[in-house]
Amino acid sequence: MKVTEKDVAYVADLANLELSDQERARMLRDLNSILGHIDTLNELDTTNVQPMAQVSDRYDSKPGSDRFAYASREDVHEGLRKSLPHDIAVANAPDSNGTFFQVPKVIER
Amino acid sequence: MATSPDLSVSARTKYEPVIGLEVHVQLLTVTKIFCSCSTRFGDPPNTNVCPVCLGLPGALPVLNRKAVEYAVLAAMALNCRINETSIFARKNYFYPDLPKGYQISQYDKPLAEYGWIDVPGPKRIGITRLHLEEDAGKSLHEGFPDADQKTAIDLNRSGVPLIEIVSEPEISSPDEAYEYLTRLKEIILYTGVSDCNMEEGSLRCDANVSVRPRGQKEFGTKTEVKNVNSFRFIREALEYEIERQIEVIESGGRITQETRLYNAQEGKTYGMRSKEQAHDYRYFPEPDLLPLVVDEKRRSEIRKLLPELPEARRKRLVADYGITEYDAAVLTASKALADQFEVAAKSATNPKRVANLVQSELAGRLKAKGLSIEQSPISMKGVAQSADLVESGAISSKMLKDLYDLSFERNKDFSVVYEEEGRPQQSRDTSALEKTIDEVIASNPKQVEQYRAGKKTVAVFFVGQVMKASKGQANPQLVNELVAKKLGG
Amino acid sequence: MNLSSLTIPGARAAVQERKTTATALAESFYRKIGKDDPQIGAYLALCRERAISKATEMDALAAKGENLPPLGGVPIAIKDVLVTKGIRTTAGSKILGNFIPPYDCTAVARLEAAGAVMLGKLNCDEFAMGSSNENSAWKPVHNPHDLSRVPGGSSGGSAAATAAGMAVAALGSDTGGSIRQPASFCGVVGLKPTYGRVSRYGLIAFASSLDHVGPLAKTVKDAAILLRTIAGRDPMDSTSAELPVPNYVAELDKPVRGLKIGVAKEYFGQGLDNEVRNTVEAAIQKFAALGCEIVEVSLPHTRYAIPTYYIVATAEASSNLARFDGVRYGYRAAGVRTLSEMYRRTRDQGLGAEVKRRIMLGSYALSAGYYDAYYLKAQKVRTLLTRDFEDAFTKVDVIVAPTSPTAAFKLGEKVDDPLAMYLADIYTVTANLAGIPGISIPCGETTEKLPIGMQILGKHFDEATILRIAHAYESSRQSSVLSS
Repeated sequence: MKVTEKDVAYVADLANLELSDQERARMLRDLNSILGHIDTLNELDTTNVQPMAQVSDRYDSKPGSDRFAYASREDVHEGLRKSLPHDIAVANAPDSNGTFFQVPKVIER
Repeated sequence: MATSPDLSVSARTKYEPVIGLEVHVQLLTVTKIFCSCSTRFGDPPNTNVCPVCLGLPGALPVLNRKAVEYAVLAAMALNCRINETSIFARKNYFYPDLPKGYQISQYDKPLAEYGWIDVPGPKRIGITRLHLEEDAGKSLHEGFPDADQKTAIDLNRSGVPLIEIVSEPEISSPDEAYEYLTRLKEIILYTGVSDCNMEEGSLRCDANVSVRPRGQKEFGTKTEVKNVNSFRFIREALEYEIERQIEVIESGGRITQETRLYNAQEGKTYGMRSKEQAHDYRYFPEPDLLPLVVDEKRRSEIRKLLPELPEARRKRLVADYGITEYDAAVLTASKALADQFEVAAKSATNPKRVANLVQSELAGRLKAKGLSIEQSPISMKGVAQSADLVESGAISSKMLKDLYDLSFERNKDFSVVYEEEGRPQQSRDTSALEKTIDEVIASNPKQVEQYRAGKKTVAVFFVGQVMKASKGQANPQLVNELVAKKLGG
Repeated sequence: MNLSSLTIPGARAAVQERKTTATALAESFYRKIGKDDPQIGAYLALCRERAISKATEMDALAAKGENLPPLGGVPIAIKDVLVTKGIRTTAGSKILGNFIPPYDCTAVARLEAAGAVMLGKLNCDEFAMGSSNENSAWKPVHNPHDLSRVPGGSSGGSAAATAAGMAVAALGSDTGGSIRQPASFCGVVGLKPTYGRVSRYGLIAFASSLDHVGPLAKTVKDAAILLRTIAGRDPMDSTSAELPVPNYVAELDKPVRGLKIGVAKEYFGQGLDNEVRNTVEAAIQKFAALGCEIVEVSLPHTRYAIPTYYIVATAEASSNLARFDGVRYGYRAAGVRTLSEMYRRTRDQGLGAEVKRRIMLGSYALSAGYYDAYYLKAQKVRTLLTRDFEDAFTKVDVIVAPTSPTAAFKLGEKVDDPLAMYLADIYTVTANLAGIPGISIPCGETTEKLPIGMQILGKHFDEATILRIAHAYESSRQSSVLSS
């Protein structure tokens, strides 16, 4: 599969990356080079193979709903972790009025 | 509600609308779906937050078991099939109130599928799926100092558990959409998993609507209608949008697939000004969470927690108490009310009388004062007490009516008013009554003569006087009998 | 005290026996850092206050004659992808240039609870993406063995600091080889545990199903001590395994005679530098001399590992890095008038070229129409690669391989050819894809005196065996660490 300039523009949009013309050209070249290599995967027949999206799901063989139960928690306020004090929560904000996080206005109508 | 008066009836009937509804319901868990922050509504902004729901680098989600239980309950109440294994997935998009730049939801393998709701018709509307996901934070566009230049973000809501309920595109009119939503809300309220409050945002609805020539199988192009915060407005928005689409098609245009926002004041939908992103969410399974397993054992445990649902309960009330469907509907307006009614009715001597009193004495008075049944000054317990008093003959029906009037006047429960009035007793004391009748007869010789002269209707006068003398506590039937006897003939 | 050869037990004993104080020890490391790090570039931040505070605490215990915890007074440094409360954490990126985390990574918390003295944060490739530490937004790291060469990556700072005696040991992260390869280039020990063995809570995510936290140290025993300290179930990480943690240290000296060592032919094929090949093969003979049985195995899908890795890793990364948007923390571009501008300029200015490249690749692989062909396909091939190992492990206990096709290359040598850089990960990515543990230990050097490392890969949760074999090999060879 060959990547086109249009693809690069589309994906840059999805990823919210503003690429310069030079970056765009480089990206086109690099992506095609890498994807060319990735195409070798098509040599393999994976028709009846299960994808391995999670690694940890092979670690528990308990039956039924007990499976993975250890990886969930009770509905207790601050049971797993305390909430952050408000001032700490907004401390790293590039733009905050002390109460809210602020961004340039979102216009929807 | 603005619709084009030019759109002729024939144009409208040429097309049929196809509506699908997507409802998001917030679950009433104490904590968020993936972290231990509080879900409480109305707290100061950005105070119920932590690294996880703030989307800080390095934070990881941990699933709230209660959210799963509530989601399964809702799914069961909606007749869905619960999938034993479901998978969380990331829905990737950028928005300032979405801290991680993705929402953890479910995609390929949702928690539940293939449910339904019955609406009046009767018609069965299918539910395609019900799945778990996390809510985003809130964006505020006004109400703070720099509102003209900026948008403010409050992440208290980020991470609150949601269930998304998607209907099949089987809804065929705005009225039907209204019914669907009403039934859905009622059922969810009965399960207790959400308070379904559209004003507070714990129930939200988006509609997908298209039109097609009547009888055609293929769907027309659909638009999505958002930003509607009441069932009434959804109906209006759909009515407007359907008309708009028909107009466009009739005038030779084509429908653009887009999201449209409803403006309640103007009664119109508008296409969004911002460029429509192609909604490429790039879903993939969430690697930070394990598969969700809800096996048969767990499903049976949860099924036991399912209360009797509204439709079934209504049918049973009609059968058990001999009330009308309408009154059954009134009594099942909320699960709490229905529960109160049944507890009261079952503890009364004659349950049917309790139901009857609600129907005959309570309903009319409530309507006159514009009160809902939850606002009734007389509680179900009070109705039951009054029913028992009439049943035992302690008070007469007339006395009950008077006491009910007083309750409504004073805005106090029946038992309170009954005490305040000194526990009036219907008098069945024949000898005392006869004494009273003798006194009345003695003091009204003229009327006695009239009666003896053949004017039998004068008996009513005597009954009235006796009732007055007994302060309404005499049993009217008995008085009638005794007066007739005393007057003779 | 020779800081460059100081081990964990050595440092702890020195403090326990009051031969030195933890405070003095920390200070001597800071002096060394002050002297040597300007040439090496391993450190991004020093957290003196926190270090001295912990050192003081340990000194108080030692003064009372109380038993110090396992890492009492031992100076450790932390890769900058692990968040540290109150201490700036950048992940090697400008976009987090001013980020002060409000919480600690679990692994760090466990180290400090065991008495470790945290000296500072270590340089790394931006968001752990790279194999040479040339992708750090701040400065590159130089290999202590040859300052004109790379230390490897992405945990270049961790490996260099350990090798140069600027920390007794370090924590790093490994997504495609980022602990093992720099360990190999710098002549130290680097361990990637089994996936789920060590909590990822607080590890700034690159690729969620491939990321691991692990130790870099001078000796296998040190690595074992560190692993025992940080491993174990963490309720804050759903993927953290609920399995007991063995006493790795106690098992180190168990005999290795009779263990079966697998040698995969696919790992000794084309592209492997001859010096590396010869050195690793000699090391394998050493195992035979120790009484192990050498068995030839095959991992037939090896050549598909790189493409598989680069789809899965970049896809997950493209999603994990979406949170860097200038809204709630980190860098925000100046002078932006609209939301869209804010997003795009912030990310364009804040993220480096390699990161952008991977985000683009990952987004593309997941985008509409391509999910099946790329992401889904890669996850299926991943299953095949894992099966290769599972099959092999029915015949052998561990697999030995080179860590990297070459020794450390020169700075700037591979910067213009990302694909060439990716292909060098061939021996390490498979362990990440399968989730199996792997350790890299020094096994020789090139004629130019550059360290060569070899890898020992094991079954899931069988760190004990790979540590034991590594320890046996290390003991039988005098491994030398760069002395100051």
